Amino acid sequence: MTPTQATARITYRIVPVKHWARWIAAIATAAVLVWIVASFAGAQIDWPTVGEYFTFPAIVSGMGITVALTVVSMLIGIALGVLVAVMRLSSNPVVSGIAWIYVWFFRGTPVYLQLLLWFNIALVFPVVGIPGLIEGRTVDVVSPFVAAILGLGLNQGAYTSEVVRAGILSVDEGQGEAAKALGLPGTATMRTVVLPQAMRVILPPIGNETIGMLKTTSLASAIGASEVLNEAQHVYLVNNMIMELLIVSGIWYLLAVSVLSVIQYYVERRFAKGSSSKALPLTPWQKVVWFFTSRRSVA
Amino acid sequence: MSIQPLVQLESITKNFGPNEVLKGVDLEVSSGEVVCILGPSGSGKSTLLRCINFIEQPTSGLVFVGDEVIGHRRTEDPEVLQQVHENAIARQRSEIGMVFQRFNLFPHMTVLENITHAPRLVRGHSAAVANEAAMALLEKVGLADRAAAYPRQLSGGQQQRVAIARALAMEPRLMLFDEPTSALDPELVGEVLKVMKELAAGGLTMIVVTHEIGFAREVADRVVFMDGGVIVEQGSPAEVIGNPQNPRTRAFLSRVLK
Ligand SMILES: Nc1ncnc2c1ncn2[C@@H]1O[C@H](COP(=O)(O)OP(=O)(O)O)[C@@H](O)[C@H]1O
Ligand SMILES: [Mg+2]
Repeated sequence: MTPTQATARITYRIVPVKHWARWIAAIATAAVLVWIVASFAGAQIDWPTVGEYFTFPAIVSGMGITVALTVVSMLIGIALGVLVAVMRLSSNPVVSGIAWIYVWFFRGTPVYLQLLLWFNIALVFPVVGIPGLIEGRTVDVVSPFVAAILGLGLNQGAYTSEVVRAGILSVDEGQGEAAKALGLPGTATMRTVVLPQAMRVILPPIGNETIGMLKTTSLASAIGASEVLNEAQHVYLVNNMIMELLIVSGIWYLLAVSVLSVIQYYVERRFAKGSSSKALPLTPWQKVVWFFTSRRSVA
Repeated sequence: MSIQPLVQLESITKNFGPNEVLKGVDLEVSSGEVVCILGPSGSGKSTLLRCINFIEQPTSGLVFVGDEVIGHRRTEDPEVLQQVHENAIARQRSEIGMVFQRFNLFPHMTVLENITHAPRLVRGHSAAVANEAAMALLEKVGLADRAAAYPRQLSGGQQQRVAIARALAMEPRLMLFDEPTSALDPELVGEVLKVMKELAAGGLTMIVVTHEIGFAREVADRVVFMDGGVIVEQGSPAEVIGNPQNPRTRAFLSRVLK
């Protein structure tokens, strides 16, 4: 300890950390990108055709079917998932046993096989309906669209039930006990106390699975559902523009997934409210706004 | 005229697998009485409370509260009791309030919603009626200004007072307290005990599991000492706390009164 240290302070120059790895990674990535773009540009791809078929009626209606399949199958999957999760946690061994068998079967077989199974269900049940009231030939009722919804929805239910079960188990046991002690019946306890709190755990994987479902619907082309990939195949079998139409459907999928990702972000944010004493972080859009407005005020 | 006790426990036993937690407990509590249960950790105090409102179903024995036999329905044959389903038990539970060590408020609801939830859902009260009753209760526990807050924004003592108000909103004829101040910082214990003292003075029937010997001595009409799943000794606070007869009671009191 010399007296000079206390009196004359050195004004240090701060040298920032150099992020060498970032630079190398960025350059390598750029090189690979250039190579991929160059390959596609040089290949026998007719880009005007891509643009032309992007809004081709069959492709657009196929995309509509893809979205419809996704939405309906997810709704069925979530409804079944909640039901089966609650059944699995039931103290009634028959109820939990049925739920266990359901999950065992639908998780244990490929969804592709399940789609084929539903499409050919008429081989097992030639007639459906309530005898004497409404009856119909199964082949008429189970169209490719219906078979796809049954296959995708029931399969999704098995996966969602595991997600919901994990969410329910994540809620403190004392919550259910407090509701019980107040005299709430079991269903009201589940609906108004446990499930709302389980949502924070349930939602992120559900978002993921919705995005997965959007792409899995393409399997329904195997049973003739007229979703976007099936339509693309129909078109390129006629005009032989294979790469072009695959690119068209690829762009459509990317667009839809991007929209879903944004929706997922805001839904999760909404359910995070009140769960922490900290303020929520800014959304990307808020960050952009903040970046520009704060710069201006500093200058 | 002999007065029928409000609560009557008849040889309650409870096993968790091979673990015999309650080994035959008999207890009677009259209307308006405050009974404090003392005993070392693991002696089965919480389990006994939870058997009273059937959050835990006793392995054997009967619980009478008023003219109800919890978990059962009387039949024409006075010697036959019919077990009932979960929803019927829920209705019986709604007459018995319970306050937990860890408060167990619903974190996704405001203080007011916590209190009005069960009256609206179980009793079918309108929002206006339930809100008015809830505000009166919040006034009583000194938290009328926090009606719109969420539980996470309150201190432990405030949360426990809301939990008491929530239980009272169902107008129970019996209140069970399971170590209501054990999870609180020492400086917050007093505000909760104060509310409980007022309830006792107001004539509410209360069974309180507690380690607050001072509270038991001052407020209890009767003190029950439990150990190893049985009631070892009971009597007035002066008898059990002031002049314990059983060596196990003496050993326990000398430990907690140090
Ligand atoms: N749900 C349960 N499953 C298994 N054992 C339990 C359960 N609840 C309590 N016990 C056991 O019963 C005994 C008594 O517990 P408890 O009634 O909580 O005692 P206390 O409240 O007097 O501390 C303990 O040994 C505890 O481990
Ligand atoms: Mg306990």
